Formats: sequence, C-alpha cells, structure tokens
Amino acid sequence: MTDKSHDPNQMTGAAMIVRALIDHGVQHLFGYPGGAVLPIYDEIFQQTEVEHILVRHEQGAGHAAEGYARSTGKPGVVLVTSGPGATNMVTPLTDALMDSIPLVCITGQVPTHLIGNDAFQECDTVGITRPCTKHNWLVRDVNDLAKVLHEAFYVATTGRPGPVLVDVPKDVQFATGTYHPPCKSDVHVSYTPRVKGDAAQIRKAVALLASAKRPVIYSGGGVINSGPEASKLLRELVEATGFPITSTLMGLGAYPATGKNWLGMLGMHGTYEANMSMHDCDVMLCIGARFDDRITGRVDAFSPNSKKIHIDIDPSSINKNIRVDVPIIGDCANVLGDLLQVFKAEAKKPDIRPWWQEIAKWRARNSLSYKKNSDIILPQYAIERLFEATRGRDTYITTEVGQHQMWAAQFFGFEEPHRWMTSGGLGTMGYGLPAALGVQVAHRDSLVIDIAGDASVQMTMQEMSTAVQYELPIKIFILNNQYMGMVRQWQQLLHGNRLSHSYSEALPDFVKLADAFGCVGLQAIKPGDLDGAIKEMISIKRPVLFDCRVAALENCFPMIPSGKAHNEMLLPAEATDEATASAFAGGKALV
Amino acid sequence: MNQPASAYFLEERHDPTESHTLSVLVQNEPGVLARVIGLFSGRGYNIESLTVSETESQKHLSRITIVTTGTPMVIEQIKHQLDRMVPVYRVVDMTLTGRSIERELAMVKVRGGGDNRVEALRLADAFRARVIDATTESFVFEITGNSAKINQFIDLMRPLGLVEVSRTGVAAIGRGPEGM
Ligand SMILES: Cc1ncc(C[n+]2csc(CCOP(=O)(O)OP(=O)(O)O)c2C)c(N)n1
Ligand SMILES: [Mg+2]
Repeated sequence: MTDKSHDPNQMTGAAMIVRALIDHGVQHLFGYPGGAVLPIYDEIFQQTEVEHILVRHEQGAGHAAEGYARSTGKPGVVLVTSGPGATNMVTPLTDALMDSIPLVCITGQVPTHLIGNDAFQECDTVGITRPCTKHNWLVRDVNDLAKVLHEAFYVATTGRPGPVLVDVPKDVQFATGTYHPPCKSDVHVSYTPRVKGDAAQIRKAVALLASAKRPVIYSGGGVINSGPEASKLLRELVEATGFPITSTLMGLGAYPATGKNWLGMLGMHGTYEANMSMHDCDVMLCIGARFDDRITGRVDAFSPNSKKIHIDIDPSSINKNIRVDVPIIGDCANVLGDLLQVFKAEAKKPDIRPWWQEIAKWRARNSLSYKKNSDIILPQYAIERLFEATRGRDTYITTEVGQHQMWAAQFFGFEEPHRWMTSGGLGTMGYGLPAALGVQVAHRDSLVIDIAGDASVQMTMQEMSTAVQYELPIKIFILNNQYMGMVRQWQQLLHGNRLSHSYSEALPDFVKLADAFGCVGLQAIKPGDLDGAIKEMISIKRPVLFDCRVAALENCFPMIPSGKAHNEMLLPAEATDEATASAFAGGKALV
Repeated sequence: MNQPASAYFLEERHDPTESHTLSVLVQNEPGVLARVIGLFSGRGYNIESLTVSETESQKHLSRITIVTTGTPMVIEQIKHQLDRMVPVYRVVDMTLTGRSIERELAMVKVRGGGDNRVEALRLADAFRARVIDATTESFVFEITGNSAKINQFIDLMRPLGLVEVSRTGVAAIGRGPEGM
C-alpha cells in the first residue's frame, strides 16, 4: 500500500478545480458565489494565482468571459452556483455557442445523494444546458474530476470553439481524490476534428479562383477564432489574388477596413457594393462563415450564378443553408496556408479589372451616406466621431444589440482581429457592458468601449459596479435615441408604424446613475459638444457612462428588405417613405 | 393587407424526402441518448425508429440505429450534426452503403377462437413467426425481419384479433467482413 497522505496529488475536489485552472494557464475567473460552490470559493480565497472577478449577475460573468475570450483567443472561465446561478448562465452559454466562443463554465450542484429530490437550489443543470453547450458533464466521482476538467478545456478550445459546462456536486467538491495534471489521454477520444484541408479539394478551389472573372471573398468569425495567423494569411490571399473581400458582422477586423480591397460588411445592413458583389459574383470563397439568414437574404435568390468554395472546420456548416461546389473541411489558418501555397505555385492573379470597375459603380452609390444635421447628433455621426477620436489608439469595441450595433459595424473601422466583440448569432441585448469588462480585465491599459443602446444597457448595467470595484475604466457610450430603435424600425417598416412598446419611457438619468455607481457620467446633446465630450471620456481613467443624445427617429440603412435578394437593397438616399413602403409591401419579414 | 409573416415561409421547399438508416457508434456515457434525441427534437428532424444498446462493454461503446426521413440536404445535415457531437465516434449511413441488413423484432398478441385462431397460426407459420406464449384464447407471436415484413404481418393479424404489438425498432449491420 502506498501512503497517500504525502501524495501532492491527493486533494479535495474543490482544490482540484482551482489546480486545474492554474494548470490550464487561467489567470482570471468570472463568478458569483452561492451555497453549492462555497468549497471552491474557499480554495480561491487561499491562493493568488487565479484572480476572481465578482460580477453582479451571473449573466454578466458569462458575457465578461466571452469578451475576455474573444479579445485574447484564450478560453473564458466562469464559476457559478447551482440552481439560479446555473439558469442565469443559459443566455451567455447560448450566446457563446452561437458565436463559437470558448467558455469553460463550472457550476456547483447539490450533493449527489440529493440529486433528483428537488433539493434547495437544485436544477437539472446538464439537462438545461445540454442544447446550449458544445458538451457538458456531471461529475459524480471526485476521481473523475481531473480528467473531466482537462477534457472540458480541450473540447472548448478544439475544432469549432464553444462553451462547455462541468457540474460538480458539493460532496464531490469536499471529497478527496487523486488529481493528475493535463495529459494526452485527457483528450476526449471520440472528438478529434479535422484541421487539415483535403489537398484535392484545395486544388479544385485554386483552379476556380484562378479562372474567376468576378470573384469575391466572404470571410467570417471563423477566421478570427482560428487565431491571428488566419487573419494574416487571409490578408496575404487577398494580396496574392487581388480579389475584393467582404465579411460578416463576426468577421470584422480579419481584413483591415482601410485595406484597398475591402467592400465593407455584407448582409442585411451591409454595404451595397458588398451585397451586389455577392449577388453577381462568379466565384465565391467563403472562409469561416456559415451562410446565416442575415447574410443570405432570400436563399433561393442568393448569388445565383456563382461557384462556391466553403472553408469551415465544422462539417455541419457545409451545405446547411446553401449548396456549395467545393467544400473544404479544416481549420481556416491551416487551409488558407495550403491554399495560398498552391495558388502561388500554380496560378497567377486573374485579370479582374472589369469587375473592379463594376464594383466602383456600386461603391459610388455611397450606401452608408446619411443626411448631416447641425442641431441634433445623428447616431452615424456619433460613431464616426468616436472612431476618429480613437484612431491609432489601442482600442477594443463591444456592443449591445440594436441599431447602434449595426451603425458601429458600419462606421467603426477595424484594422485588426480580436478588437470587435458583438453578439452576432443570438443578438443578446445586455452583452456589451459585461463583455467590455471582460476585455478590460484582459487588457488593462487599453481603451475599451461598449457602444450601447439606451434599452440594451439597462439589461446588465449593474455590472458598472463591478467596473468600479476592479477599477476597470470601461467606457459605456450610449447612443440614446429613447427608443428600442431596431424594434421601432421594424414596426415602422412592417407593422404599419404601430410603435407597440418600443418607446423607452421613464429612462433613468444616465449621468446621475453613473454617479450613483461611482462612475463618471457625461452627456452630449449638440453635435458641437460631441468631440469635446468624447475627448474627455477617453482621458478619464475611470469607468464612464456617456449619454449621447441622438436623433430619435433615425433608421438603419442600407437594408435588404424582408425576403428580398441582395440586389434589391434599399439605400438610404432612396429610403423615402413611399419607397420604403413599397419595398416592404406584402410584408414578409426575415424573421 | 397581408399580415406580416416570416420570410422563412418563402423557403418552404417541397423536395422529396427519403428514409435513411444511420448507425451511430457512441461513447456510452450518461446522457448520450438524451443528446442524440435532443438534437433531433431541437432541430426538427424526424425519428421513425431508434434503437440503442451497449455493444462493446469493455470500451464503453454503444450502437444507436436511427431511421430518419428528410430531404437529401436534411439527411446530410443530420449526419454532420451527429458526427460533431463530442461522444460520437462514427456515423454510417447504412442506406447509402446499400449493403446493409436491417432487422426488427416484434411481439404480436392476437386473441380469438375458431377459424381466426387457425388462420393466425397458419400465417405465423408462413412468416416464420414463433409462438412464445399461448392461452386457449390467445397467442403471442415473435417475428423478426425487416420493417416491411413486420408491417405486413401485423396488417394480416389485425382482422384476426390483434390486441397489441411491441416492436424493438430497427437494428442494422453491414454485409461482408468489415466493421463500421
Ligand atoms: C435580450 C433581448 N431581448 C430582446 C431583443 C429584441 N431586440 C432587438 S434590438 C432591440 C431594441 C434595442 O434597443 P436599444 O438598446 O435602445 O438599441 P437601438 O436599436 O435603439 O440602437 C430589441 C428589444 C434582443 N435582441 N435581446
Ligand atoms: Mg435605443
């Protein structure tokens, strides 16, 4: 018999959890305590390697971890208690699943002998989170805990990243067992996603690219998730081919907004040139994007005459919405590397000058133009000024969900990947503020701005208190139009202008509110005040809540109306009341 | 005026649907069946039949056989969605391989007397169904075969006093020397 009392790997389940976090290089943990995780909190108290950030609502912990993950490329880690702690995590887990963000969430659970008894703060956490995690585990034996935790990190970060959850009953946290550091055998044997693209398919893709007359590259969040190398290779590919490139909301920054081949974002509120290029192209190269309905518009009219190449690490993304001609399953960076090599060796830049001339005509339509106003701040103008003021700085942007999010995507230029955090797939109002916290935790000295809406910000604004506690100088820049603008826009366009419950009545006084939280409150009402106030905001080294009063009734254009194709966009200049009415006549909303 | 409606209605296509039998090799861990079933209900796929049992206890492997229907694009999605689940090792479309054997077992209870009873026994014999329980007024038959054969047998038993049926669902295996 061996004497286990001196074995350093003998420890309690709670100690294993903290140890595993350290072994996986976790420096920050977002969480909220409760009865079922107290043993873990006790371990956290007795060490200094992992810093715990106490949020004010578990949803905030989840989004903060998402912001942390998306801005660093490392998994975000969350610790919450059983029952309500776990159910409050459902939204961020779903958000992370939709946007492929690696999260490791540890939940406490009632002791194993009480499971199934409707115990206090018991819920079927693995059951509830099964459809909103990439995988989850309930650990019933302390001797399985180390392996499960290592597996959890592996699954969250391998292949298409995503959230995982480990549910640990309280008795397992107290029990003593054997820990082992991460090792190869902790890899989940049945999960080994393919990273290298098929060589023959890559050849086919190169042949298509080389013969293209009207090509377009359409990149997505997968390029960002794949890591900085993928963005670098994407830029090289654009350079080598000379092709125009557009991207999804999630993919912004992979190719620089100042790059000469940049068409702007595509999709429902994308630019005219991006959507027209998608519609009229003859070869489409989709990299790490998934032909989401906000991108395709009407599926049966989507890019009708193109051959489509699709690079994705997730085979289930291929042929899901749109049939493609050359699927390539693999990691973006890996496949792009091979593709580039073959292209350089075997192909030369096709002459696509006529195509660029056509694109220039679409560009000239100036689809992002808006009417300037010297009395009221237009939201587009506010973003433009914010962008100007932050140019050249080390800036990270998060957003809430609504019109302001789309304007941020349209008017803020991103030069680098990992700088833009937004809730794309789930569209979660309340994401941006806690996400900004997470970003700021990872990048203490950077400028982190949540571009917010007056309605969204109220969903998670209690996290301002977290910002104050941890001296996280986030800037919450509210485009305050006193409306749930995006809801109102749809009601105007599709529901006979009946503005049912989309007016933000009884808004708080944001400046006083900031004060109450111990943040700094600023306000701008006139266009002339804007630059000065933004400058002040940036110079303050504390959390700032900026109440930017913008035109209440401004709408977000261009827009692909409901159930229409890419070449039927409604441009701002044409969006007169009549044109809008007729474009939306018959009223088929996209959702 | 038209009511606003979802454009998803526009995409309602009516491609012909096909029936496919999928064999899925999974890690036999808690909740694995719930995951598979949740995938089908969550994404609106059909399950016509589903059977599951551990097949290699040493390696903790279970084999699930699913019969599903959908358009070719949906069937392809189902396979990819299954394949990317963490505890899933392999998914094989037995229908596509074209070389698979499918079997189902059913127990069929028939109640009656006189000519019906004699006729039921005679038909059972023709279908190679075995009598596994008998009383003076009833039989329980055990029958194995592909689903069509079982359906046919049940249909024949109906007028002869069919009481109830218990079916296992389809199990499938490939022909020839290779495993899946
Ligand atoms: C949690 C959640 N609830 C509801 C919605 C639906 N929704 C989308 S945008 C929006 C209004 C957002 O208003 P605001 O934050 O003021 O942004 P604006 O559109 O005015 O810029 C709503 C309610 C959502 N996306 N998320
Ligand atoms: Mg608003």
